[in-house]
Amino acid sequence: MSARAAERSPTIRRVGDTGALVIIALFLWQGLYELVGDVALTPPIATFAHAGSLLRSGPFLRHLAATADAFAVSVAIGSFAGVAAGLALGFHRFSGEVAEPILTALYTLPKVTLYPLVLLVFGLGISAKIAFGIMHGIIPVILFTMGAVRNIEPVHLKTARVLRLSPWQTVTTVLAPAVIPEIFTGLRVGFSLTLLGVIIGEMFASQRGLGFLVINGINTHDVPTMMAVILLIIIFAIAASSLLLTADRSLHRRG
Amino acid sequence: MSRIVRAQIGAIASFIAVLELLTRLGVIDRLTMIPPSEMAGQLWRLLTEGALNAPMAQTFVNVALAFVLSVSVGMASGLAIHALPRLRRLADPLLASYYAVPFFVFYPLLIAIFGLNRWPLVAIGFVFGTAAVVIATLNGLDRVPRVMRKLARVHRLGRIEEAFLIVLPAAVPHLFTGLKLALAYAFIGVIAGEFILSGSGLGHAIAYAYDSFDNETMYALMLFVLVLAIALNAALHLCEQRLLRRRRRA
Amino acid sequence: MPEPQARLTSVTKVFETPQGAAVHALGPIDLALERGEFLTVVGPSGCGKTTLLELLAGLTVPTAGVVTFEGEPLGGRVPPGVGVVFQEDASLPWLTVWDNIAFGLRRAGVAAQEIRARVDRAVDFMGLGAFARAYPAQLSGGMRQRVCIARTLVLEPRLILLDEPFGALDQQTRLLMGDELLRLWRESGATVLLITHAIDEAVMLADRIAVMSARPGRIIDLVETGWPAQRSSRIVEDEAFGRLTAHVWSKLRAESMKALGRDQVGVSRE
Repeated sequence: MSARAAERSPTIRRVGDTGALVIIALFLWQGLYELVGDVALTPPIATFAHAGSLLRSGPFLRHLAATADAFAVSVAIGSFAGVAAGLALGFHRFSGEVAEPILTALYTLPKVTLYPLVLLVFGLGISAKIAFGIMHGIIPVILFTMGAVRNIEPVHLKTARVLRLSPWQTVTTVLAPAVIPEIFTGLRVGFSLTLLGVIIGEMFASQRGLGFLVINGINTHDVPTMMAVILLIIIFAIAASSLLLTADRSLHRRG
Repeated sequence: MSRIVRAQIGAIASFIAVLELLTRLGVIDRLTMIPPSEMAGQLWRLLTEGALNAPMAQTFVNVALAFVLSVSVGMASGLAIHALPRLRRLADPLLASYYAVPFFVFYPLLIAIFGLNRWPLVAIGFVFGTAAVVIATLNGLDRVPRVMRKLARVHRLGRIEEAFLIVLPAAVPHLFTGLKLALAYAFIGVIAGEFILSGSGLGHAIAYAYDSFDNETMYALMLFVLVLAIALNAALHLCEQRLLRRRRRA
Repeated sequence: MPEPQARLTSVTKVFETPQGAAVHALGPIDLALERGEFLTVVGPSGCGKTTLLELLAGLTVPTAGVVTFEGEPLGGRVPPGVGVVFQEDASLPWLTVWDNIAFGLRRAGVAAQEIRARVDRAVDFMGLGAFARAYPAQLSGGMRQRVCIARTLVLEPRLILLDEPFGALDQQTRLLMGDELLRLWRESGATVLLITHAIDEAVMLADRIAVMSARPGRIIDLVETGWPAQRSSRIVEDEAFGRLTAHVWSKLRAESMKALGRDQVGVSRE
């Protein structure tokens, strides 16, 4: 394909840009390693290799499963509860207006402030991790869902009535398509934040999971494992969020 | 006072009242939570004793450093990225997936690099806040109305004049949003870092109290951090209102 | 014969879309603006009227041909002596009305006393006295346009270009603003070029009317109105007004239909 044609296709450009970014990041990483040395970092190639070997090791996979379990449950509960609360607050205007500033304020608070409380209530273990995850991710879901409901144009509802649509038809053909893009954006943001919450929870409230492995790496001076786990977490986070972003974009285009 | 505000105050007050009731009645046992009134009392004691001075100072310096760094680097980067389309093309995917990464995983790494001092904390707060400032700066620069740029040319303003007289004032609302986010993120990043693994600061004090089963101190500190966060955000919000009051469509 | 205020000679403007297609927006155009005249430009949407104005102002450069101001080619810069009033609201929301009007004078390095005198006079002239300390956000759309016009006037430009300045206003306010504009034109002695899509406005205000075709915009007719300088919106009562309006519409009708039927992509016919 000619260079000019490559210029024209936005997908190819985006891939190229991301590729360039990745290469720059790898170079910087290597450079940092040269500066700081083995005591603090492992270089890119070694880290990738170690990550590969971890993925084949039983103990690591058990930690991975622990994180995955907690994460999946957090996302499920947080999404469901968040959307439900968001719908309720969106449709009941007054409650929504009362709740919104409070929720926004809670969002900007350092949630670490509540960690001890969560630990005292749930104890150490998977329930605490799930609670952390939900705590971090639920508010954006609620806020975005609320926003989506409030943005339903009255004229669309009037049109549905003029067309004499049944309630079910109104929901499926008018309401759902109107709110789904925004709700999805909220879920996407919540996804990343829930991951953050679960991992932070593991970092100080658990003996299992990827977050624990990272902190443990510091305590046992096992830098290669620490870095390999960090790498895997980041790759997962970026890959998942990019997929969600693509889905988000196409949902918004159709809307 | 509008109905909404009254409802909000009512909701918060009821919540606190319920907590007070449940803890005093023993429905929530003391090992889990102490009554809010005792939290406040304990906090007052600690403040007047000066017991909080050292951790406050530590946290304050960390947050200030992180904030100043993220705002300055963020705005400068935003300006640069806006001015150089090639750079922007590189930056876009980075900014899009930036907040998907759980930054706290880097914390141990930063400790390995900087040692167990304030710099990993400042770095986390910095990394957290910078992207928000960059995004807000880009937003502000993008949204300078085209007609104002044409106005600058009609009045034959030089590039620097245009930047200070037109672009900057036009972008201020968005820049201020970036400022608010930078402060919130710096605060969150520093306190969380102190909590997870640090030897000083408010976050560490909370963790230490928790480990020592000292619920009174712990809750007092948690209350303090909560109040501090709310106060900081409210202060910036008020600043923003005053600054932009005249610009709002009546 | 004095040099015309501004002149377009065989000017063409072609734009390139982000996808690389060429859009032939305007031209070739030949137009000479006589000193002190009031010329209106009327044409169907998309015909390049705004491009024409931006070429005259020096905000954009022609792809072919020459644009001169008082005999000198422009070279892509806005020459001193040219004022522009844009279609969109260009009032600066962070400055008071007074400071908005003073904006250009301050940049031009005029003495503070002179600035105060000129701005006070302009505020008076434009009927903004009660609002001098107010902010644009507190004013209506029409008032904000007055602020922009005042800001242009205090610089005492020899050529004033207005791009559909009253487009956002209702018809009645428009007619009254037109009266004000005529008054300003007479008092300042400047050359005025005003772009509009409203035929009655074009006929009412002008010494000459340039009628443009659909894109690529060319001047298909230059109509002399023969109005006296001391005119106002009451000219609509004159018999000649109806004739002129009918004439302009007869030229424009076919062009408007072409513009309406054009596909949205706007790729060059070649």
